Amino acid sequence: MKSAIVVFPGTNRERDMAIALKRVTGKAPTMLWHRDTALPDVDLVVLPGGFSYGDYLRCGAMAAHSPIMTEIRAFAEKGGHILGVCNGFQILTETGLLPGALLRNANLRFLSQDCHLRVERADTPFTHKWEKGDVFRTPLAHGDGNYTADSQTLERLEGEGLVAFRYAGANGSVQASDTETNPNGSVNSIAGILSTNTRICGMMPHPEDLVDPLMGGEDGLPLFEGLVEAFVR
Amino acid sequence: MKKTVDLSLAQEFGLTPEEYDRVLKIMGRTPSLTELGVFSVMWSEHCSYKSSRKWLRTLPTTAPWVIHGPGENAGVVDIGEGYAAIFKMESHNHPSFIEPYQGAATGVGGILRDVFTMGARPVANLNALRFGSPETPRTRQIIDGVVRGIGGYGNCVGVPTVGGEINFHPAYDGNPLVNAMTVGIARKDRIFLSAAAGVGNPVVYVGSRTGRDGIHGATMSSAEFDENALAKRPTVQVGDPFIEKLLIEACLELMATDAIVAIQDMGAAGLTSSSVEMAGKGGVGIELDLDAVPQREPGMTAYEMMLSESQERMLIVLRPDRTEIARKIFEKWELDFAVIGHLTDTGHIVVKHKGAVEADIPLDPLAEQAPIYDRPATTPVAPAPLEGVHAPLSLDAMLLRLVGSPDLASRAWVWNQYDSTVGGQTVRRPGAADAAIVKIEDTTLGLALTTDCTPRYCQADPKTGGAQAVAEAWRNITATGARPLAVTDNLNFGNPEKPEIMGQFVAAIEGMGEACRALDFPVVSGNVSLYNETRQPDGSTMSILPTPAIGALGVLEDVSKAIGLGMTDGAAVVLVGETRGELGQSIWLREILGREEGPPPRVDLAAEKRNGDFVRAEILNGTISACHDLADGGILVGVAEMVMASRIGCELESPVSGIRPEAFWFGEDQARYLVCVSDAEDFCARAEKAGVPARLIGRAGGSDLILPSGVTISAARLAVAHEAFFPALMER
Repeated sequence: MKSAIVVFPGTNRERDMAIALKRVTGKAPTMLWHRDTALPDVDLVVLPGGFSYGDYLRCGAMAAHSPIMTEIRAFAEKGGHILGVCNGFQILTETGLLPGALLRNANLRFLSQDCHLRVERADTPFTHKWEKGDVFRTPLAHGDGNYTADSQTLERLEGEGLVAFRYAGANGSVQASDTETNPNGSVNSIAGILSTNTRICGMMPHPEDLVDPLMGGEDGLPLFEGLVEAFVR
Repeated sequence: MKKTVDLSLAQEFGLTPEEYDRVLKIMGRTPSLTELGVFSVMWSEHCSYKSSRKWLRTLPTTAPWVIHGPGENAGVVDIGEGYAAIFKMESHNHPSFIEPYQGAATGVGGILRDVFTMGARPVANLNALRFGSPETPRTRQIIDGVVRGIGGYGNCVGVPTVGGEINFHPAYDGNPLVNAMTVGIARKDRIFLSAAAGVGNPVVYVGSRTGRDGIHGATMSSAEFDENALAKRPTVQVGDPFIEKLLIEACLELMATDAIVAIQDMGAAGLTSSSVEMAGKGGVGIELDLDAVPQREPGMTAYEMMLSESQERMLIVLRPDRTEIARKIFEKWELDFAVIGHLTDTGHIVVKHKGAVEADIPLDPLAEQAPIYDRPATTPVAPAPLEGVHAPLSLDAMLLRLVGSPDLASRAWVWNQYDSTVGGQTVRRPGAADAAIVKIEDTTLGLALTTDCTPRYCQADPKTGGAQAVAEAWRNITATGARPLAVTDNLNFGNPEKPEIMGQFVAAIEGMGEACRALDFPVVSGNVSLYNETRQPDGSTMSILPTPAIGALGVLEDVSKAIGLGMTDGAAVVLVGETRGELGQSIWLREILGREEGPPPRVDLAAEKRNGDFVRAEILNGTISACHDLADGGILVGVAEMVMASRIGCELESPVSGIRPEAFWFGEDQARYLVCVSDAEDFCARAEKAGVPARLIGRAGGSDLILPSGVTISAARLAVAHEAFFPALMER
């Protein structure tokens, strides 16, 4: 799998993502600068976490207008695979590549903790190493992760099975009104969603920070291993 | 606004009549307003250490692994494999009372700059916080702002906040302490220093524009608070972590070239201190043209620009032929870049603005004739022995109260607002071990990091308290398996012009020095914060508890050998170290009996070293699976913390005879550890051979803490008691 990570001013989890990608591919991903105007030949583009443009205006709003986003839109139109994590997810929604928006966390505080995610479908490049209903642990770290969308969009996401991950208890229970298991208050406990063609995935938590037993576990690894397998052609 | 420069203005700027006389002698004329401003900030307590320098010099600062000790922007130690760790702790106490969010945020920003200005990528932040009584209404506001500020800044720049400590005491009601520590990593042959060199070399300004914020911040920090403290809000700076993040990346990119001759951040006293210190250290002169300084607003005067403490700015002396390379890097990161002057051979700082010379000061006398005071100090009175204590409650009731008390309750509510995992190198997050463990990317090395101080001990006996703070930091690092290397100190005290406060300061330094020497644990950087006092409405002043906060760093050659503090199922729990049952100044005495009395526990540095070296060797040999150092709350609180961290229970054996049960279980004797081992007999035999007291006190397993009486407390019940305090205080 050939992968690239886009760095915007204020991006700060590009190194974490590079470590995770290198772990599964054996080679360092290409780092792209937001002013670049051409994408190299890659299978996967990652928009990593951080505070692009300091989260000023709205999280991801200014990065969505970076020069490289034109290329990324074209990449998406050609059926390219894109993973957006945390601020990357926010940028994808601001760009319109994924629907909905990320609001301030319901408790109005930054949250940094482990959470559990339930895998909602297992037939996508991002999730096929899991079974549907599997639960895995992953860190989250954000101030604006409270996913929301208008009712029509939600109906479509749920109807077409485009929810990739939901916040859950360790036993897989999903309860949107429970702040213990749905810490940021996301609608329907949505933690990650997919594009209609399932080739774009946006998620708030950080599976890239849990790919090494030294750091507390490898619970996030299946996502990256799955991507590699998807690109063995 | 045209001000006449005279004694009364000098006093308004914080200079004494004698100091102003000295200014007149050096200048040979009445100084200009800008010149007076420069003298007053450079000679402020904050910048000149005039009350503390004499005593700081007595601290040990060298060891074979120390690359740079005090005197640079931060301390530098060799951690092996060609890497150096660069670290320092610094206070932002006064601003954090006036404007908690910005005060704490800019405290984090400032200490980050001290570290990356030396060429290091920051890899960890820690902090040491002291708040007033939880019952005081403003305490809640201050906690809320300080925690949001630390998180708001650290999270955005992408440096994990991995550890810290929090104490509460009414003595901090009007003067909380916010001490922030940053640790960075650099190749040890790529360390950048601040001494300017090369007459004619360009002086370059990068980062944020200069505004009218923080003018005279250093002076504000060098006086006690009165009832009008909150009117000083304009002296507090405003931080922009996004610009700081760009500045880190741009500086590190520039540091990979050979363009830099010298570099320093603009911290307290901004452009003044950075230019004066860089030129002064290099023995050269410097000429600045303020017209070239990037400015946030029009019409700023030379005085305002020289005194501004606008954040996220750096001053760099470049090789002249590399100016364009540097300019391109800063343009890429969309940061201001301006050549604002050059080095000269005059030995003066000359400041020009709009064609006029606004300041022309000889640098040597400014530094060499800076006041230094040997202030009178009275020896602290030894506390009376503790008498007449008895346990009023059952053991389980006392334990539940203690684990829920403000100083011992879970800090998860706070930690969970700090990003502790960004960077992907956090091996042990807050609460998982006695020190945070951060791996060095691309190596097997790990850093163990902690901050420690027990102010109530320092109040009762500053010398013992100073030694104890160092010893506890050393013990916390040891308990993870790491080798303690060096410390940074953040000395927070009251008004040094009062002999009893100066006496606390002198005694605390003496204790710290003894401990640092005995444990081979030198001080490589630090910061002094004095005048932490608040004038009360009745005219009296209240000083904080003496708080010499210690930030410490240790190294593990193989980070996978680091251990945490959670119980290991089925393990024998062994107590290492001698227990006499010292209850003086203990948390138990304060929380259960409401008394703050007696001497603090004795600090036996030889025992500390012997016990710690033994425990560390056993950890590295793989015979210890979990370790927790004993501190606040003693053995029983220590056991409970290990149970709560793992949700694995422990069945305890009866205490030794000859010590009252409450003294055995809650005494805060030093130099002790609880360890989980598989073979207690074998372990205790090896301990005996090493001259280290060790005895089996229980066995880990199940999910309950079982007291010797048979009384059972579930791990879940302990956790409920432990976790209630912060949410109840802050989310009501």
